[in-house]
Amino acid sequence: MRLAHPPDSDAILSVRQLGVRFGGQQILENINLDLYRQQVVTLIGPNGSGKSTLVKTLIGAVTPTSGQVTIAPQQRIGYVPQRLHLDPTLPMTVKRFINLPRRHSSRDLHKALEDAGAEALIHAAMSELSGGQFQRVLLARALLAKPDILILDEATQGLDHRGTAAFYQHIESVRHTYGCAVLMVSHDLHVVMRTADHVLCLNRVICCEGEPEHVASSPHYQALFGDQTAQTLALYRHHHQEAANVG
Amino acid sequence: MACAVRRGAGGDGGCSVGVFRGVAAHGLLRDATAHAAILGVALALLLNVSIFLGVLTVALVMAGCVSLLSGRGYAMDTLLGVMAHSALAVGLVAVSFLAGVRIDLNAYLFGDILAVGKSDLWIIGGGVLLVLILLFWRWSSLLTATLSDELAHASGLHPRREQLVLTLALALVVAVALKVVGVLLIAALLIIPAATARPFCRTPEVMAMVAAGVAMLAVTVGLRAAYVMDTPTGPTIVTLAAVLFTLATVTTQSWRFLRQRIQ
Repeated sequence: MRLAHPPDSDAILSVRQLGVRFGGQQILENINLDLYRQQVVTLIGPNGSGKSTLVKTLIGAVTPTSGQVTIAPQQRIGYVPQRLHLDPTLPMTVKRFINLPRRHSSRDLHKALEDAGAEALIHAAMSELSGGQFQRVLLARALLAKPDILILDEATQGLDHRGTAAFYQHIESVRHTYGCAVLMVSHDLHVVMRTADHVLCLNRVICCEGEPEHVASSPHYQALFGDQTAQTLALYRHHHQEAANVG
Repeated sequence: MACAVRRGAGGDGGCSVGVFRGVAAHGLLRDATAHAAILGVALALLLNVSIFLGVLTVALVMAGCVSLLSGRGYAMDTLLGVMAHSALAVGLVAVSFLAGVRIDLNAYLFGDILAVGKSDLWIIGGGVLLVLILLFWRWSSLLTATLSDELAHASGLHPRREQLVLTLALALVVAVALKVVGVLLIAALLIIPAATARPFCRTPEVMAMVAAGVAMLAVTVGLRAAYVMDTPTGPTIVTLAAVLFTLATVTTQSWRFLRQRIQ
């Protein structure tokens, strides 16, 4: 297929003119995106906008109907899914779980669990973990791949404020220690504004993108998320400007 | 009798498959594959080929159809229900068409372990070996794919392929276990030992081994009991497995209850 823009050679992950169709329904259309080393890209969008489908296409679980996904050679992907449901009829310890599908040395295991803030859980049963603990174990499992690209699909869904904040703190430190790019789907707009380098607002097509402030002030964004979130963001920016003025 | 006891070892591979089956797919897939076996028997007698071959082929086709149709927007429950029971019905009708061949339908429905001869033992042994090899080879990938499709994809695995491996293993188990426990009770031996083992295990590997142990216990003791009490062997074996399951459940539940009271 001939592409209008060739994939950016500096990018470690490039998506060009991607389209996904399920049944008769167009889920994603003409998606272009580049992810660079150490960059944090956040995907926002209303429910049913195709965020999860896009993420699944990137990890290869969904085959695109058109367009292509290019991942630079020898780039490893670590993936943290949206709340994973494990069948309790299959017994599973944390240690066994993060050793799937490949076993790792005990040193690597401890390092990954420590980086994800889950080292105390190594002998726990997966079925006994709380929501936050479970997500940290999933993060540890993703880190074992020594990822160049860390992909998170609404990884903090169902966590309370403290749990969410703690989880993103781990992501921040992981990003520095592992030097990986992060692509995440998130509903936590505060976090998006604080941590993202680049925001993509998705609603079947990418309706706006850019730096967080740029996206927040876009009419597309306000139409999608309504007044309340727009106010939240305005408040956020206001605080920061004040802080900047004082500083 | 000695031949029959040796068959107990066959429980091994079957139960390891059972560990996955307990989680991976519907119980109905088991039934669909197992019930299709009777159709295999009819076809084998009709075409004058070995029953093992007939059953294996039909079980494979059946399991293949189910895997193919799954995830294509059909309601799995309905689909599998239709396939499982119509396979059994069509099989029974097909058997009745076999004029001149008098077959003991009971032996295929409920198994007749005492009819297992030397040549059957070789087939069973070969089948068990094949299933075990398949499982050892794909174990980690199978586990990952069973836990989550997406995690498997992200690790560079192909969940559909793993599903196919599992389906193949299941078809093999059904084909070799047919003579022993029969069409209607194969599923029982796939589920009950694994369910019995569950409360005592923390990892899937341990569960597979405990389940195999439970199955072998049920088979050996069940055989002896059937001989002494003059009861049908297949159902006796399954009854014994059910007793073990009940014991395990009652013990673990009351232990948990007591521990909570003490704390």
